[in-house]
Amino acid sequence: MSFEDLHLGSIVVSTVRNAPVLIFAAMAGLFAERSGVIDIGLEGKILASAFVSAAVAFTTQNPWYGILAGIAVSVAIALLQGCIAITQKGNQLVAGIAINITMSGLTFVVAQYFFQQGGRTPDLGEARLSEIVLPGSAAVADVPVIGWIWTQLLGGHTVLVYLAFALVPLVHWVLYHTRFGLRLRACGENPHAADAAGVSVERTRYAAMLIAGILCSFSGAYLAIVQSGFFLRDMSAGAGYLALTAMVFGNWRPFYTFLGCLMFGFFGAVQIQLEGVDLPVVGRIPGALIQMVPYVVTVIVLAGLMAKSVAPKAIGVPFVKSR
Amino acid sequence: MTTNDMPRWATGIVLPILNLLSALLVTALVIHLLGENPVESMQILINSAVVNPEGLAYTLFYASTFVFTGLAVSVAMQAGLFNIGAEGQMYLGGLGITLAMLAFDATLPWFLLIPAGMIGAALFGALWAFVPGYLQAKRGSHIVVTTIMFNFIAASLMNFVIVRFLIPPGEQNTASRVFSAGAELPRLSDWLPWLGDTPLNISLFLAIVALAVYGVMVSRSSWGYKLRATGLNKHAAHYAGVKISTTIIVTMLISGALAGLGAVNSMMGSTHYLSLNFVGGAGFIGIAIALMGRQHPVGIFLSALLFGALTQGGFDLSLEKPNIPPEMVILIQGLIILFCGAMEYLYAPALIKLIKGKQA
Repeated sequence: MSFEDLHLGSIVVSTVRNAPVLIFAAMAGLFAERSGVIDIGLEGKILASAFVSAAVAFTTQNPWYGILAGIAVSVAIALLQGCIAITQKGNQLVAGIAINITMSGLTFVVAQYFFQQGGRTPDLGEARLSEIVLPGSAAVADVPVIGWIWTQLLGGHTVLVYLAFALVPLVHWVLYHTRFGLRLRACGENPHAADAAGVSVERTRYAAMLIAGILCSFSGAYLAIVQSGFFLRDMSAGAGYLALTAMVFGNWRPFYTFLGCLMFGFFGAVQIQLEGVDLPVVGRIPGALIQMVPYVVTVIVLAGLMAKSVAPKAIGVPFVKSR
Repeated sequence: MTTNDMPRWATGIVLPILNLLSALLVTALVIHLLGENPVESMQILINSAVVNPEGLAYTLFYASTFVFTGLAVSVAMQAGLFNIGAEGQMYLGGLGITLAMLAFDATLPWFLLIPAGMIGAALFGALWAFVPGYLQAKRGSHIVVTTIMFNFIAASLMNFVIVRFLIPPGEQNTASRVFSAGAELPRLSDWLPWLGDTPLNISLFLAIVALAVYGVMVSRSSWGYKLRATGLNKHAAHYAGVKISTTIIVTMLISGALAGLGAVNSMMGSTHYLSLNFVGGAGFIGIAIALMGRQHPVGIFLSALLFGALTQGGFDLSLEKPNIPPEMVILIQGLIILFCGAMEYLYAPALIKLIKGKQA
């Protein structure tokens, strides 16, 4: 492979395909954290939903049942997290980390018990979501540029990809243009003021966790029944943490968070493309080093060298009603 | 009565035991659902981790590593810093040992090699913790997110370094060359033959020394006072003349050095070479140990023993029970962190009621 073999087009397409895992998780985190609950447990929820949706989709041979089961599990975990963070006023960071570690162990143990394949589920085969072929694809397929855009960039994806991209403006609208969004943000910025205004902080935060659970489950389902077609041990590989940092990168705002997700998706795509390619000047870059790039970029962003991010003020603080 | 003015025996002993029992109860339930007998499983676990002398030696061997990662997380926690990066810091500590050994193990005698390895481990661990510490102190970057990122960066970096520089020519195994015999820590089985052929070594005593030094430094020295003041109330500490940013950076350096020292036991005491992913979650176990041990030296020691026993006993259990894979231990860890860390006051209201009832 040489430098000319770097297909810009395929990098763009795989960026689009990599991003939904992060977008769903990041939008989930956005709801939780804007309401004032730190959601470091995204990783665990992604993993749990990935396993359950793969297992159920395989068993029933129907991807939609898989997605539904994934939602149920992810919501249950999110509500447990909410219970710890909101009702018990426990340490939210610790709760998230505990969920991540527990799910890493539990998914393997259960997958091994049911399928006996080293913590893997069998290949889903026909039980994967089918790709949507846009009308007229055959007609324009041979037209340069337009054919590529229509069949590969815009078409040829599963429903979840379109859902992920549609989610961004939707989340923006909910957060900034609905009464619920206003209350949600108030709970994250100044819960006492929200409380004084008659908003139930507890109920709002539970609602936020519920939404976070649903959105996060799509991330796992996408990973298992769209991208790979099976569940593998620890297959989320830090996607939850990356989504979290995309959110920090995006200043807890939907559109900028989305850009962060695209950036990470892009680096993921480039890493695969650059494997074993001789670049001018620098020569061959080992995959391990390219793998490092998004994390290093994140640290630089966190250091405030590219942008200063400001978290919701009441984040991580349990709300105690003043008497 | 609130959770803050509960008696010390209640928050320090009764609550952790209740939480631990809850975690074990959920584990027993999972074992039952997997179609195995929980009571029998527990017997196998205890037998192979504590009763059998060889198993006990392995338990103490694992615990020696866990004491260091537990201390690393604890010392940072005292200053209000949640260091999730012990995993990466220990990994880099392993690189420090390896570089020291590759450079000196042909020339230096054993009594200089061992300190050289320890210095290498502490130095590299500290360096890896320095950047997150510095960014937290000077730029306000959240230490949780930066240390997580540094774990990922450490994993990729070590992969690169081992594959590119450390694999000896002609070898396939992704590991460095084996160190010379002089770099091996003296094993306790040399003096106590009944321990069998186990890797338990003098690191156990180093761990106990580290616990004692930690106890004295944190609760008896003026530096420890500054440390705890920073953790309790940053603004008050600043007002009292504590340099917050210096305290944060120094604490993270110490935390990283301790995590790095965790590599001494597992590499110089057992494997004698650097291999891919040799840390195997010891850094994350450190978080559980710090939480369960309430950052108290005795508590840290007991929790390290518990996790050592779980690692050893869980391994044997997976050999005997086909439905229980070694990954079960990860699940148990997670549950212990969940119950002892996140839900630590779950039983507090009931306990308060009980104490009040007795007083009335």
